Amino acid sequence: MGELANIFIKSAFIENLALAYFLGMCSFLAVSKSVKTAFGLGLAVIFVLGITMPINWMIETYLLSENGVFSTDLTFLRFILFIAVIASMVQLVEMVVEKMSPALYNSLGIFLPLITVNCAILGGSLFMVSKEYNFGESVAFGLGGGFGWFVAIVAIAAIREKIKYSNVPPAMRGLGMAFLLTGMMGMAFMGLMGIDFVNF
Amino acid sequence: MAETQVLEKKVATPISFGKKERALITDPLNDNNPITVQVLGICSALAVTTGMKNAAVMAVAVVFVCVGSNVITSALRKAIPSQVRMIVQLVIIATLVTVVELTLKAYAFESYKQLSVFIGLIITNCIVMGRLEAFAMANRPYESALDGLGNGIGYGIILLIVAFFRELLGKGELFGMKLIGAGDIYAINTETSDIFGWYVSNGLMVQFPSAMFVIAVLIWAHRAWNPKLVDIS
Repeated sequence: MGELANIFIKSAFIENLALAYFLGMCSFLAVSKSVKTAFGLGLAVIFVLGITMPINWMIETYLLSENGVFSTDLTFLRFILFIAVIASMVQLVEMVVEKMSPALYNSLGIFLPLITVNCAILGGSLFMVSKEYNFGESVAFGLGGGFGWFVAIVAIAAIREKIKYSNVPPAMRGLGMAFLLTGMMGMAFMGLMGIDFVNF
Repeated sequence: MAETQVLEKKVATPISFGKKERALITDPLNDNNPITVQVLGICSALAVTTGMKNAAVMAVAVVFVCVGSNVITSALRKAIPSQVRMIVQLVIIATLVTVVELTLKAYAFESYKQLSVFIGLIITNCIVMGRLEAFAMANRPYESALDGLGNGIGYGIILLIVAFFRELLGKGELFGMKLIGAGDIYAINTETSDIFGWYVSNGLMVQFPSAMFVIAVLIWAHRAWNPKLVDIS
């Protein structure tokens, strides 16, 4: 359990998907203009990462690897299968959420399709493969990575809401400041390096 | 954001290389740059800009995928049902990226290992997808190829500029050639040099934050030079 908690904390704060690996930067910069929308997108990312990560783990282990059902190395199909899983999962989640909770659907609605091309999702799955996690670890990694991304986008949205009232040089307005702020947040998150819950 | 979409005409215009075609290539280099103006494709890009060599490999890979997927999607545009077009596009891109991955694995294993997951992330590179949606679905393969080429190059140039500063200031190297630093292997040895004795490579330049800072400064310079791009809102 301590091992899993450690992976969660590590993927959420130290190896933050957005602020250490540049993943999901496009939507990170495009959707972080207000806290409310950032909150919705962040929740959707946690949701989709938490679901797709275990599914992709099962595909990798039982279908693609040499010890799987076909007992041949099919890893060259990894990209196509992973992205297909993510695209169909997002579609499925969208339909389920629409049926079960229209209120949540209205707040997440437009962001769900966007998530298909959010690199954090595919990147998370590819990292899970390259780090050779087992099932429990991949769930912890998915949830932790999603949570870290959520924290990062809500924080940057809050800063960007405030900075709107500052007198910034015209050429730096908007996008330029967003990049600078992201860089500074990255520096702040670098300060968390070295936290280790196993040896606490 | 200037719209580059060209409306299709009933009568097929002959394939030529005139002003309009040239604009398809030059527009993404400046006024409609994928990174500094459209903010697309940042995700998979910045992590590879710690060195010129990786950035160059990545730029070539993205140009290939961009042109290839644009041409294929454009050729199939009348056969793709609009409800499932996202998945069809993703499969086309994923196939091309797999080709790139296997090619790198076979002929440039060193780069393949360093780029690791970021090759796979070309699939979700928003610029590839963005061009398919915005251009290839509505235009002929020839124009789509030019559009893909222009956007790929516009993206690659920024990658190379960022990588230049990060590698030079962070490691004192360019394309892996050791230029400045402490030790005999460097062209300018800061331990013995009289003029550059003060110089120390900045380790932060190869970390996450500095990539953001370098791009922020690039955007600043680009918009100061080309004021019509300034964000008014």
